[in-house]
Amino acid sequence: MNRAGERLLNGLVKENPTFVLMLGMCPTLAVTTSAMNGLGMGLTTMAVLALSNLLISLLRKIIPDRVRIPAFIVVIASFVTAVQLLLEGYLPALNKALGVYIPLIVVNCIILGRAESYAYSNPPLPSLFDGIGMGLGFTVALTCIGAVREILGAGELFGYALMPDAFEPIRIFGQAPGAFFVLASLVALQNFVKEKRKAAGKPYEKIGSGCGEDCLNCSDTGCARRFYGEKKAGKEKAAAAEKPMSAPGMAGDLEIVNLEEEEK
Amino acid sequence: MSGSYQVSSNPHIRSKATTSGIMLSVIVALMPATGFGIYNFGPRALAVILVTIASTVLTEYLFGLYRKKMTITDLSAVVTGLLLALNLPVTIPLWIAALGGVFAILVVKLLFGGLGQNFMNPALAARCFLLISFPTQMTAFDCDAYTGATPLAALKAGEQVNVLDMVIGHTGGTIGETSVIAIAVGACILILLGVIDLRVPGSYIVTFVVFICIFGGRGFDPYYISAQLAGGGLMLGAFFMATDYVTRPVTIKGQYLFGIFLGLMTGIFRIFGPGAEGVSYAIILGNLLVPLIEKATRPTAFGYKRGGAHRGK
Repeated sequence: MNRAGERLLNGLVKENPTFVLMLGMCPTLAVTTSAMNGLGMGLTTMAVLALSNLLISLLRKIIPDRVRIPAFIVVIASFVTAVQLLLEGYLPALNKALGVYIPLIVVNCIILGRAESYAYSNPPLPSLFDGIGMGLGFTVALTCIGAVREILGAGELFGYALMPDAFEPIRIFGQAPGAFFVLASLVALQNFVKEKRKAAGKPYEKIGSGCGEDCLNCSDTGCARRFYGEKKAGKEKAAAAEKPMSAPGMAGDLEIVNLEEEEK
Repeated sequence: MSGSYQVSSNPHIRSKATTSGIMLSVIVALMPATGFGIYNFGPRALAVILVTIASTVLTEYLFGLYRKKMTITDLSAVVTGLLLALNLPVTIPLWIAALGGVFAILVVKLLFGGLGQNFMNPALAARCFLLISFPTQMTAFDCDAYTGATPLAALKAGEQVNVLDMVIGHTGGTIGETSVIAIAVGACILILLGVIDLRVPGSYIVTFVVFICIFGGRGFDPYYISAQLAGGGLMLGAFFMATDYVTRPVTIKGQYLFGIFLGLMTGIFRIFGPGAEGVSYAIILGNLLVPLIEKATRPTAFGYKRGGAHRGK
């Protein structure tokens, strides 16, 4: 099983932090006014994410369980400070454009989420690739959103005029409402593609994961399946599958019975 | 809904009202304002109106083809297109008008589930979308017939305005909003047909007048109040947009609350806001509050206490 490749694909497509997990919405909506800003924010986050994942994974046997969140924050904040100093030194324009959102990477829920759900319980190398994969997924998403917003809202792409002079920029795409429109459209688009693939019998869930559906013996704690289903086998699974179907009907019946009693 | 359900047993009250019938009466009621707009601003106004309606109807048609559920015959797309066009300045580039039509139908109405599911008035949401996207074109009220500021902007700047002209409609502004008389004729048609009632428009206008008296800085000044009432989109908004069945509360108390909220917001936007006009934003903000208003004013069912518990318990 190719863990590194699987982790990369997981972050890019299967569990893309922006389009699938809907994490880190604050920078996603706030800084993607242009493709360049999206790319810059994505790569900065990726650097922090990969390094913090690696370090937290290395320290996972030393960090006591009860203080793990503060420990994660210290690690993440150190990397963010380092990255911010580097940006100030070498890319001052980007640093200015991203502004307060660089220090806010500390509280970006993707980073804390990956530390908690993956790096803390997995070996260093897969954790590093998990960080890179998630970071790449975030970068691709932010760049796409930024590109669409820049083209529609300013008629440019990466600062180069793209549309003909007659094009009148639709300003709303440069502002906050436009970010929501574009994010929603892109999520809808990728859901559309995934549905199509599912209908064609080639769901993304099966690509390269090497998942034997044996969750009990699987060490992949980042796997969504582990949290949301198939943990318990046999009878319990069957009962769980039946429950949601019968529950509303039962509640309805109970209410009707109560009402009838009241009337009598 | 046009498809009638076959329900038997028990006496049921049947209503002849259909969606398309109501929409048709709204279109008829908008005709005076539309006609006056074309007379006032010239043939280009007609072009804007036709392009906007064409874009809304075509969007509804194409979406209907795609979803294999044709809803075009309920005429709601025509009403949306017409209302949007009446809210545009006559100088608007035609492609912007068409874009607004597509946004109104596709994004605001159809993506949320079609007529009855839209959380905002589509025409007004599209107007606000265009207002944010193309601020220059959307406020270019200089045309062949009129130059200079709209009466409301002039009023805000402290200039004198001619209220009689504003009531008749001989002023600059969007295509359908200028003539109070034409809108009043249309509103009377709707009220007489029983399509709308005065709860929302009445409480809206009364609240607005009270707000203007208190915060307008001129006290109870009939000239200033009538100019504020006749200026901008207040009349069009109060009678044709705020009364939209889908985006106003269904409860009677809620409708009064809704009107009061709209009056307050319009007053705040006009007096304290940077622009001279605020009707569109007030109404779409009100639309967003409708679920909350309905929840707060839900009447108690017979035999139940407030909050849903049964009296017997």
